[in-house]
Amino acid sequence: MEFLLLLASPLAGALLLGVFGARRWAPELNVAVSFATFLAACALTARVVGEGNLLVAREQFFIDPFNVFLVTLTAFVGLTTSLFSRPYMRVELEHGRVSAPRLRLYHSMYQLFMTTMLIALTTNNMGLLWVAMEAATLSTVLLVTLYRTAASLEAGWKYFILCGVGIAQALFGTILVYLAAEKILGAEGVSALLWTHLNAVKEQLEPAVLSLAFVFLLVGYGTKVGLAPLHNWLPDAHAEGPTPISAVLSGLLLNVAIYAVVRCKVLVEGSLQSQLPSRMLMGFGLLSVVLAAFFLWRQRDVKRLFAYSSIEHMGIITFAFGMGGPVANFAALLHMTVHSLTKSAIFFAVGHAAQKAGSQLMENIRGLITLSPTIGWGLMMGSLAILGMPPFGVFASEFLILTTAMREQWWATPILLTALGVAFAAIFGRVQPMVFGETTARRLPHPPALLPVFAHLGIVLVLGLYIPPYLAHWYRAAARLIGGE
Amino acid sequence: MVTIPFALQLLNLCAALLLLLSFAMLAQRRIVNLVKLLALQGAVLLAATLLLAWRTGQHHLYLSAALTLALKVVLLPWILHRLIRRLEVYWDTEPLLNISGTMLVGVLVVVFAFGLAQPISALASTATRSSIGIAVAVMLLSFVTMITRRKAMSQVVGFLSMENGLFFGAMSATYGMPMVVEFGVALDVLVAVLVLGIFFFQIREQFDSLDLHHLESLKESHSLEEDG
Repeated sequence: MEFLLLLASPLAGALLLGVFGARRWAPELNVAVSFATFLAACALTARVVGEGNLLVAREQFFIDPFNVFLVTLTAFVGLTTSLFSRPYMRVELEHGRVSAPRLRLYHSMYQLFMTTMLIALTTNNMGLLWVAMEAATLSTVLLVTLYRTAASLEAGWKYFILCGVGIAQALFGTILVYLAAEKILGAEGVSALLWTHLNAVKEQLEPAVLSLAFVFLLVGYGTKVGLAPLHNWLPDAHAEGPTPISAVLSGLLLNVAIYAVVRCKVLVEGSLQSQLPSRMLMGFGLLSVVLAAFFLWRQRDVKRLFAYSSIEHMGIITFAFGMGGPVANFAALLHMTVHSLTKSAIFFAVGHAAQKAGSQLMENIRGLITLSPTIGWGLMMGSLAILGMPPFGVFASEFLILTTAMREQWWATPILLTALGVAFAAIFGRVQPMVFGETTARRLPHPPALLPVFAHLGIVLVLGLYIPPYLAHWYRAAARLIGGE
Repeated sequence: MVTIPFALQLLNLCAALLLLLSFAMLAQRRIVNLVKLLALQGAVLLAATLLLAWRTGQHHLYLSAALTLALKVVLLPWILHRLIRRLEVYWDTEPLLNISGTMLVGVLVVVFAFGLAQPISALASTATRSSIGIAVAVMLLSFVTMITRRKAMSQVVGFLSMENGLFFGAMSATYGMPMVVEFGVALDVLVAVLVLGIFFFQIREQFDSLDLHHLESLKESHSLEEDG
């Protein structure tokens, strides 16, 4: 029941907003739908915590501690982003950057995007996972090009083609898994594509085919995670689309893609009995961290800057999942949560700041603190949080990842530390003059929504200081599920 | 000597035709013809699916064949033809690599594809397992088409042909994916083409051309040049 509501409310919202999305009250409807989704997610979580794993709709969907926490996170960030988007898109409308019919497209696609992500998270079927991931790309392509500028069209095209080709590789990987699985599970019905069934027999699956499948799946879903060297679409898509979309792409879509990669890794590792998947994840992860840290120095656009920071953090998470083991998995899950919350908070602050300055270029954004202290402080705190300053949650998770790396993969520690240091210098050096100094900002016709920024940062702060026992228990259960030897 | 059943020989013929069509796409510069080749590829895929359905008695393959007919032989080529007429893009510009060079790369790609398909064919128990190598080759050749072309339209044809290769691969390795998945994939492809249609009009409106070299401003080096 809760589950049905979880998928039905954003889908119904997408249809409703497809009709009424241009009305004056459409942003409020968007918030209401997102709120309903969030309530459903909370109810679902409560049920899973109480009753354990769920299998719904003839085993096509399943919910366990790993994905239910991502479902809640997705629904929560979806809600706060819709709150943020309400004044933000109204200002864009008044500045003439979008028209009313395009707002209809925007609202409808926003809810459709939420639907596809929730399906991708909860489905038990590898094929449906693929379909939902592709649908998530398609629903956001037109959002990236919402402003119809030359740069946004280019970004949209790159996003479409790179992710399209990437995801085609994932389909091939899925076919290979199916090929290996139908030997054991039989071709009747779809059981050979269901995670729950695959997991039960993973030791019997043919290793040669599965390792080939994993390469394709990792390249395919890794493109969506933004792992280097497949990351080219990510900064463009983040920078050129409307800011609420940057927030959900960075905060949610990347998480969902990582989720897909980790599920595949669990499966393949069980079959291979070797370190190959772990090594590949660690390699791609480290490469992304290092590459992104150095690319940070070359950025002039504030949204591109934080997009590269997302690549860096995805690299850290991938590396941690690659190391495996209960502690690293726990840290990676925590890092997924805090990164998603912090990064979307930063994008909210950056969105308002860019509107006030009338430009996304960092040299044009100056002295936010004089005109609007809350946005200025929001951006400053968010940046400090994402850079891993204590007492924020990112510090806790990065600390756990680094200490585990020292114990298990000592060679990687200097690389990680250098990259983190480089990233710190790059981001802090650029954010500091944006927040302090002479101002160039102007007043906006609609007061910005700052509640989401501070709500997110508050949660990240709390997670850094104290993780409530039930949450820690939940993370541990999920980490165990992903497999720690 | 082992004699191969007649139906299987026909299937192998289909596989060979698919490979031939991929090479033809690699060499073709007229976009209208490229779309025709894509439709032809869809038709061969349809024939292969029907043959396989008849031979193996797998009923869901008939459904899959109907889907192929509706989508890949009729609907998608029709949409693409309409787009070409409305947007008046008939020729691709000189590819990044000349035709004979591309062909040579193509031959190497086919060799690589057969190497890649070896372990898969070894595991598959289907009668059609020898065609898996061809399916992988079709996929990779479409990829080469996408890389060497400049026009957005040719890249899309390459993308769709890659999808065809994937379907053929799924068919020869496992007699097709479960129906739910095939429907989902088909739906996604259809939506993708519709989204692209909208997209082309936006690009056209903005640049007055569908040539992708206009879309090269978002580069890292660019931001540095402006610094200086």
